[in-house]
Amino acid sequence: MLVFIIRRSLQSVVVLFAMSLLVFAGVFAIGNPIDILINPQADQIDRERAIAALGLDKPLWEQYFTFLAGVMHGDLGRSFVHSTPALGLILERMPATLELAFTAMLIAVVLGIPLGLWAGLKPNGFAGRAIMTGSILGFSLPTFWVGLMLIMVFSVMLGWLPSNGRGPTTLLLGLVPVSFLSVDGWRHLLMPATNLALFNLALLIRLTRSGAHEALLQDYVKFARAKGLSNARVIGVHVLRNILIPIVTVIGLQFGALVAFAIVTESVFAWPGMGKLLIDSIGVLDRPVIVAYLLVIVTFFIVINLAVDILYSALDPRVRLTESKG
Amino acid sequence: MRNSRFRRALAAGLAAAALAASVVALQASAQELRIAVAADVTSIDPHFFNLFPNNNIAEHIFDKLVQMDPDSKIIPGLATSWKTVDDRTWEFKLRKGVKFTDGTELTAEDVVFSLDRVPNVPNSPGPFSAYTKAIIAKEIVDPYTIRFRYAAPYPLAPNDLSTIYIVSKKAATGAATEDFNSGKVAIGSGRYRLVKYTSGDRVDLVRNDGYWGEKSPWEKVTFKIIKNESARVAALLSGDVDAIEQPPTADLARIKGDPKFTVTSKISHRVIYFNFDHLQRVSPFVTDKAGKPLDRNPLLDVRVRRAISKAINRQAIADRVMEGQAIPSGQLVSEKLFGHVPGLKADAYDVEGAKKLLAEAGYPDGFSITIHGPSGRYVNDEKIVQAVAQMVSRIGITAKVETAPMGPYSGRAAKQEFSFHMVGWGASTGEASSPLRSLLATFNRDKGLGAVNWGRYSNVKVDYLIEQALQQVNDENRSVMLQNATKLAMEDLGIMPIHFQFTIWATKKNVAYTPRTDEYTLAFQFRPVKG
Repeated sequence: MLVFIIRRSLQSVVVLFAMSLLVFAGVFAIGNPIDILINPQADQIDRERAIAALGLDKPLWEQYFTFLAGVMHGDLGRSFVHSTPALGLILERMPATLELAFTAMLIAVVLGIPLGLWAGLKPNGFAGRAIMTGSILGFSLPTFWVGLMLIMVFSVMLGWLPSNGRGPTTLLLGLVPVSFLSVDGWRHLLMPATNLALFNLALLIRLTRSGAHEALLQDYVKFARAKGLSNARVIGVHVLRNILIPIVTVIGLQFGALVAFAIVTESVFAWPGMGKLLIDSIGVLDRPVIVAYLLVIVTFFIVINLAVDILYSALDPRVRLTESKG
Repeated sequence: MRNSRFRRALAAGLAAAALAASVVALQASAQELRIAVAADVTSIDPHFFNLFPNNNIAEHIFDKLVQMDPDSKIIPGLATSWKTVDDRTWEFKLRKGVKFTDGTELTAEDVVFSLDRVPNVPNSPGPFSAYTKAIIAKEIVDPYTIRFRYAAPYPLAPNDLSTIYIVSKKAATGAATEDFNSGKVAIGSGRYRLVKYTSGDRVDLVRNDGYWGEKSPWEKVTFKIIKNESARVAALLSGDVDAIEQPPTADLARIKGDPKFTVTSKISHRVIYFNFDHLQRVSPFVTDKAGKPLDRNPLLDVRVRRAISKAINRQAIADRVMEGQAIPSGQLVSEKLFGHVPGLKADAYDVEGAKKLLAEAGYPDGFSITIHGPSGRYVNDEKIVQAVAQMVSRIGITAKVETAPMGPYSGRAAKQEFSFHMVGWGASTGEASSPLRSLLATFNRDKGLGAVNWGRYSNVKVDYLIEQALQQVNDENRSVMLQNATKLAMEDLGIMPIHFQFTIWATKKNVAYTPRTDEYTLAFQFRPVKG
């Protein structure tokens, strides 16, 4: 197990390194941020000076090595437009995105697994069919459109929920600003989280349904029933536990995706998270923030995958955490 | 029976509660103003980054020596009067008794400190130094009198200084940009004080009751950053904010049709125009109809440029593409700005005349061209480029359209990679000298002229007039020189103006805005009205 984790970590460093190089070169190729950053009234000499001030006059390899040297000291560079450390900027926005993603995933799991189970157990009932039809909508409707429709209905027409923003935040453990501790915070959180949850909700419903459907036909379920176990125990233990592995994988991967790609929802609801930061930074070619953001996200995915692998072994005793040789 | 009585009681109770709530809301609304703005505020440091949304916030917290009224005319700010001592020296008299919010009194020391700080803010991606570097010496005559010396006669001192925010020397000495963002040293003498700046989300302000001038009607102001335009409109419609800037033109009909809201707009200092490729070369995006590059750049011929200009129905663009939120333009600055040429109109829409000019220039069958434009930078920018492409196709010029976000787009445009492309220019100093020196003067690094002359237009007569005007302290003479330079450049179609766009604000009925030419959304220019 320890060897497995160490090996994974080493691989991750290589991945991070390669990724930073690609992104660095990619953003460099798009163009010079000074062209859009500087006030148009500035003359040529001012422009040159601004370019030099940000180190953009140096060749690409030199800029990259300066960046690498900084990374060794835990410094991912300073945002061009905010003049604050890029990593600090991302960490400052991270609680908002994590809170949104957690809530969305919670909604998806709490609703998705029971609904999927129901649809799997009673595939021909009215409710089962309705659930499956509904899940198609969850898949196929574009997020930004659903988000705007939610706003139109619940904010503009009914006036029940605020249309944008994060609402008041309280410090959790005196450290992390969160909004789920107050009623007003929840009112702000509900719509964007639901919007973000929809796709995963649909995914989990379908995954649970087909899993349950298959498991019901297995011999061990028939045997459990023949043994005279209660229905609740058959479904809760024998069926659910066995279909959980693919579900945990998907939850893990999708959680990473929720964090990384909450961008659309964050834009529509003006939610001050990391995704919005990324979009804003791409808009002005704020390279330090773009690179730092992607590094953080890749790290995130690596950690989640590791966690999923470890969870597997807990759920399924047959899975051993050893890397095959070669 | 009992049930219905209960219902009636409930209804009455609810009505009373609603009434109470609305009274409370009304009281609150007279004190508090929530505005949704369209772009991200990146810093509170007023000298770090000359960026529109940053300046928009700085306008509330800090004062300047002189300021601009809603028509971009210069009016007193921290300076009560100013004059030229000689051609090269300006003297500003400071207002007495102005207090910064840390309690210190404003003196000439603070002004000198602020001007010295401008070119020295570390890591600035867009400094304000263009407005301070002409000053070669600053002399404090007494605590309320300050003189600036220039190397050459310099008429634009007040215009330049209308962009420089004055910070408290005591608070800001040794302070970094981050200290402003955290609010620690965000000490100004303006109408508001910073409560909290949350990057990417909001800026909270509270009224400075010690302000020297007319006080703002709003005690608390919140600027919410909502970049997505549909979300911004939804925030207004749902009542989450009291006012928004830049509602999309497509939504205007809906907002205007709702009696709960008001739409205000005003012609902006921003002109939307096209650059032509003026270089002697095979122009990169001009080909014959078969797609082969033309060995001669047809855009060098003024008849071809004129033909394109005549082919464009500017009124139709203003009416349909812009939904009435623009007026056609044949020059650089709008009517109320300094250097406007009375009576200089855009070329009339004339397809036949355009075809004739093309034929005279040797292109009776036209040619092919790719038109480039930015996306999401100016109001309806992509749609304007598409409309222009369709219009020139009527005179035989086959046009393709390519658009890109401003980042990569401006980089390519600045390197002359396009043949014919759209840009916008805001004359933020309120004068025609601003577009003339940056867009139409010949590109010259050492003189600092033509920095954004992306088409590389060059005309010695225009250059001469611009350089003269930039040193002409007499306003009347300068105005004539700027007008003449504009006329020459427009005869040449050095660039091709399309229209002046309007800046639009939408507010709740009980809030009114005094719209501004400089596009700023200033809390203190909103006022409560009977809705």
